[in-house]
Amino acid sequence: MPVMWRRALLFCASLIPVIFISFGAATNQLGADPAKAIVLFTGTWAFYFLLITLSVSPLKRLANQSWLMVHRRMLGLFTLFYAVLHMLAYLIFILGLNFSIFGAELVKRPYILLTIPAVILLIVLGITSTKGMMRRLGKNWVKLHKSIYLIAILAWLHVLLQVRSSYADAVLFGVLTAGLLGIRCYWFFKKKSSISSSKP
Amino acid sequence: MLIKKPSDIPASEITPESIYLARRDFMRGSIATGLLGAASLSSQNLMADPSYSAAEAVNKGPEWLNTQIARAKADTQKLTESLTPFEHVTGHNNFYEFGYDKTDPAKYSKRFKPDPWQVEIAGQVAKPGKYNLEDLLKGIDLEERVYRLRCVEAWSMVIPWVGFSLASLLKKFEPNSNAKYVSFVTLKDSRQFPAQAGSLSTIDWPYREALRIDEAMHPLTILAVGLYGKTLPNQNGAPLRLVVPWKYGFKSIKSIVKIEFTDRQPKTTWSQIAPSEYGFYANVNPQVDHPRWSQAHERRLPSSLFSPNVIPTQMFNGYADQVSNLYTGLDLRKFY
Repeated sequence: MPVMWRRALLFCASLIPVIFISFGAATNQLGADPAKAIVLFTGTWAFYFLLITLSVSPLKRLANQSWLMVHRRMLGLFTLFYAVLHMLAYLIFILGLNFSIFGAELVKRPYILLTIPAVILLIVLGITSTKGMMRRLGKNWVKLHKSIYLIAILAWLHVLLQVRSSYADAVLFGVLTAGLLGIRCYWFFKKKSSISSSKP
Repeated sequence: MLIKKPSDIPASEITPESIYLARRDFMRGSIATGLLGAASLSSQNLMADPSYSAAEAVNKGPEWLNTQIARAKADTQKLTESLTPFEHVTGHNNFYEFGYDKTDPAKYSKRFKPDPWQVEIAGQVAKPGKYNLEDLLKGIDLEERVYRLRCVEAWSMVIPWVGFSLASLLKKFEPNSNAKYVSFVTLKDSRQFPAQAGSLSTIDWPYREALRIDEAMHPLTILAVGLYGKTLPNQNGAPLRLVVPWKYGFKSIKSIVKIEFTDRQPKTTWSQIAPSEYGFYANVNPQVDHPRWSQAHERRLPSSLFSPNVIPTQMFNGYADQVSNLYTGLDLRKFY
């Protein structure tokens, strides 16, 4: 399949969750607390896209699937898209844009506070995701975009700190995040040791 | 608006049949904020309410119970807030024995068997034993109680329960002077409660709750066997559940199989899971925040998407006049 077709297909597929939840909201199928349902759903999908984005380079390395690299930027941007939807849903549907309550919540709820740097970083990564920006930032681009690892850790903490009755979600996201970050750590140290051991 | 106490109302004024102010609020519809909007006076019989079609799905209940529920006295102390529609009351539940999602209880409670049902009475009483639910309810006049329900997660509802005062039942067993607390236990049976078989739960089954004896004997504390004029649906804690309207929802334990009178403060499920977050008292209190979130506001359900129904939480969930004397001299910050 030509790359343009793959791009179009992936783009449409990535919009399925938002279409699905919008349809549910428009047809009153989200139960007694649609606000909560939308917030939970968009947040979950933001995390899924983050994990998918983080799987691209390990897949290339482990399974020789390098065709995905072309789509990594789009997947990253969809992570940003769902994270922003998640945040807007919380601000509009849960708080009714009442910013005095929002201020109080930020102070009271550490799991919300720690998403602020995560969202800011995501937006920065989105802005600097263009080819022109890659050129302009050069070596620093890679460094900057490694902050996705920090974003992943913050996102997982955001889930973990909300656990009330079941660890299922926290464990699921935790295992996947730890796996994707752990394999990078492993490669990083392997590389370091091979460099240092090759010295005469 | 002046709210009369039941004792101020002559019997002749009491409506013989249950009349409800159930107004179906669509999610997109404008929802009158309960505290400001006075209830519409166009009362209608519930059976004619369109939201009641959902009642088809609930457990029919044994004949003797339906008969008793049908005779329940209407609540004369109408709240001015509008009722949460039936399908939300029965479709949005925290009942972790059936699953951790709000929609799980309605989905996975169909195999639950609330009939026949026995309750064990134990501890510091003259008449312990195992009693059939039918015998426990013999001679008890059921009544409707419209109460606010405030969940610790900061959402709330208004529900027309059908039940009876807990005190009237407890006195039958003749508790002795050592009975300082009353503890309650939910059924433990993973065939009926699928999530009790799960391993990632923070909960050590069965679910347990307890009250101080004076809280248990308070006239506002009821045991419910129905809601909206019908037998209690499985997902709402059939066949017998506690309702303590001035405390967070998790205190109102569901599907009770054991009531025990103790001389010491019993262990309760949530305060064992996270002692710093969920205290034994769990009184609704806007000034004492949950460590992870504020309790100053709540979202009254149903809440429309573009104008969320966020209202200030009231001290003791709006029942301060009746219950604050239970806590005279108690530091509510320390005993949260």
